[in-house]
Amino acid sequence: MSSSKRLKQRKVLLMGKSGAGKSSMRSIVFSNYVAKDVRRLGATIDVEHSNIKFMGNLMLNLWDCGGQDGFVENYLLHSRSHVFGGVAVLIFVFDIESREFAADVINYGNIIRALEECSPNAKVFCLIHKMDLVQSGFRHSLFEQRAEHIRAASESFGEAVEFFPTSIWDQSLYKAWTQIIYFLIPNAQTIESMLQDLAEVIHAREIILYERTTCLMVTHITKGTELQNPFTDRFERISSILKTHKHSMAKHMGVPAGSANFAELQIKTGRFMFFITRLTENTNLAVSLPPYEYIFNSARVNISLMRPRFAELELSNKKRPDIGSR
Amino acid sequence: SRKTPNSRANDGKPRLLLMGQRRSGKSSISSVVFHKLPPPETLYLETTTRIKKEYMHSFMDFQVWDFPGHLNYTDPSFDTEEIFGEIGALIWVIDAQDDFFDAVTKLNELIQYLQENYPEIIVEVFIHKVDGLSDDYLSDTYQIIVDRVQDELEDSGHPLGNVSFHRTSIYDHSIYEAFSKVIQKLIFEIGPLESLLTTLCANCKMEKAYLFDVLSKIYIASDLSPSDSSSYEISSEYVDLVVDISEIYGWDRNELEGGDTEQIEEDPEVGNQDAESLIVLEKKNGSYLYLKEINKYLALICIMGDDSPTDRKALIDYNVGVFQETLKQIFPR
Ligand SMILES: Nc1nc2c(ncn2[C@@H]2O[C@H](COP(=O)(O)OP(=O)(O)OP(=O)(O)O)[C@@H](O)[C@H]2O)c(=O)[nH]1
Ligand SMILES: Nc1nc2c(ncn2[C@@H]2O[C@H](COP(=O)(O)OP(=O)(O)O)[C@@H](O)[C@H]2O)c(=O)[nH]1
Ligand SMILES: [Mg+2]
Repeated sequence: MSSSKRLKQRKVLLMGKSGAGKSSMRSIVFSNYVAKDVRRLGATIDVEHSNIKFMGNLMLNLWDCGGQDGFVENYLLHSRSHVFGGVAVLIFVFDIESREFAADVINYGNIIRALEECSPNAKVFCLIHKMDLVQSGFRHSLFEQRAEHIRAASESFGEAVEFFPTSIWDQSLYKAWTQIIYFLIPNAQTIESMLQDLAEVIHAREIILYERTTCLMVTHITKGTELQNPFTDRFERISSILKTHKHSMAKHMGVPAGSANFAELQIKTGRFMFFITRLTENTNLAVSLPPYEYIFNSARVNISLMRPRFAELELSNKKRPDIGSR
Repeated sequence: SRKTPNSRANDGKPRLLLMGQRRSGKSSISSVVFHKLPPPETLYLETTTRIKKEYMHSFMDFQVWDFPGHLNYTDPSFDTEEIFGEIGALIWVIDAQDDFFDAVTKLNELIQYLQENYPEIIVEVFIHKVDGLSDDYLSDTYQIIVDRVQDELEDSGHPLGNVSFHRTSIYDHSIYEAFSKVIQKLIFEIGPLESLLTTLCANCKMEKAYLFDVLSKIYIASDLSPSDSSSYEISSEYVDLVVDISEIYGWDRNELEGGDTEQIEEDPEVGNQDAESLIVLEKKNGSYLYLKEINKYLALICIMGDDSPTDRKALIDYNVGVFQETLKQIFPR
């Protein structure tokens, strides 16, 4: 029990050819950049590390690995075990526009073999990126075709590799990263069963738990009629909507985007009621309810009563010093 | 006097014409503003080869006529009466990233023609694609265009009168703001609307209030305090937020058989007839935002200062109710 409460450092490698868009997506998801800001980014020199604290006891330890040939050679030859050891997740980014797809796959193969050797239990996610540059009618088939080739070069990771089409210009980025985060969260089940109880008590149609800075969804509970909600992409849409709003509030108030947070958002209509409120230090809850004023009011009260129980999930981490892994 | 100058139907519904050189961005503008096309996708728009008429039904009915390049209105086969007889404003789009001298010359010819034949028509010049231009370059370009129009008109004995200029881009809010300003000139009831909003702000200690056409994100009126782009921008993004979330959770559940979570008994308190939303920020001195649906097309957006709006909620509800009632009398629809 106590070991599961320990702060879990999870090492995540972000790799792929130079210019593929790795730093762009990292800056948007984790550092509050907007898509058009990424033009300012220069090529990444060697590795840029960032630590991001998530719900519960997850600490993401992200290695953004510069993709220029010289650096890659260095990872593979001189710092092989340092770079590829202890990896929980490898995210490999392919640029859909690349004219040297065959060469990209060979480079990917080299990385995969190093990973197989040093972290055979790692999970691999491949992002086929800059999909916005492909006309929408061709996106799906091109994506499938690329994914098949890449899977064939994935050695023993083969079937377990997950593929996502992404672009910084739409919510697909959030869809991919939400899956990655979900995979990494160590106590997802505990959190989910607590949320399940909460949803029951407050008559929620849906509850979404998301991380405050990134707006990435941690998990959701969906009940009753909401299970038939036709917008199956709503989770990444909501992440993207909330992130956009955070930026616009910050811009309006002249503060950094990180500090423009809701104390509360409410929407009441004849069809549903909805609110967002803080749950723990790092997370917010978005709640959708049937359209009754008394359900709305009692839901808010019940959530504030439940807050301490969720806070405990995070509290246990504070006692431990930060074990940096650099 | 402010009224739709040429509307034969005289129903107060403005009609707009979009004209300008080929590739100046007319189709992009109408697709982005009225069909919500994401701006980068305008790259794939096909060139317009025939006059494309679009009818927008919203709080106001727009007709947007998208012209392929230059039209020859002196050609007798051309039904000028049909085209110019019913419009409120003509929007001339100039590509600021391109060589614009031809466009300006054609514009001048058209203005002179209109002043002689249809002097009531308002001409709005959109100096377009201003994204990606440096501030210096942009202000030079802007000045050159304004001067050239002005000089030529004066030389030919026509004063600038009905012509105004806007800087626009489909990549930011400027296109919506420019449209808002054009539309406001064509709304007959603008005066009373503005004073209603001003009273509302005074009574509820609001910083700024806008009346939005929700679908197009054009604001048809605001209170009379000085307006800045930042307030418009935040309000318009707030409308997006509420509309987007309402789309996601407001789907039609009626067809579903007796819902399992919905075992709640009939209750008089059910729902809000008109959608309402409130955002409170964590940060002290941050603004609060408030939205209230006024009717099928319009929403009121208010920006409030730093004392908690929850304390004043009753006051706000009351005043907004009064506003809504008065508005119903102005726009019965
Ligand atoms: N069209 C499009 N361009 C993108 C997208 N993502 C990134 N880019 C562009 O790709 C270029 C390179 O992005 P970076 O994030 O610096 O690339 P990187 O993978 O970190 O490169 P190295 O650090 O050299 O390994 C930038 O000019 C971005 O604007 C996308 O989804 N669509
Ligand atoms: N940078 C930029 N490009 C624009 C803007 N508006 C339109 N464009 C581009 O201009 C090109 C021509 O636009 P289009 O609407 O087809 O022109 P039309 O012939 O006047 O209808 C397209 O490639 C658009 O993407 C803008 O505000 N900024
Ligand atoms: Mg980089």
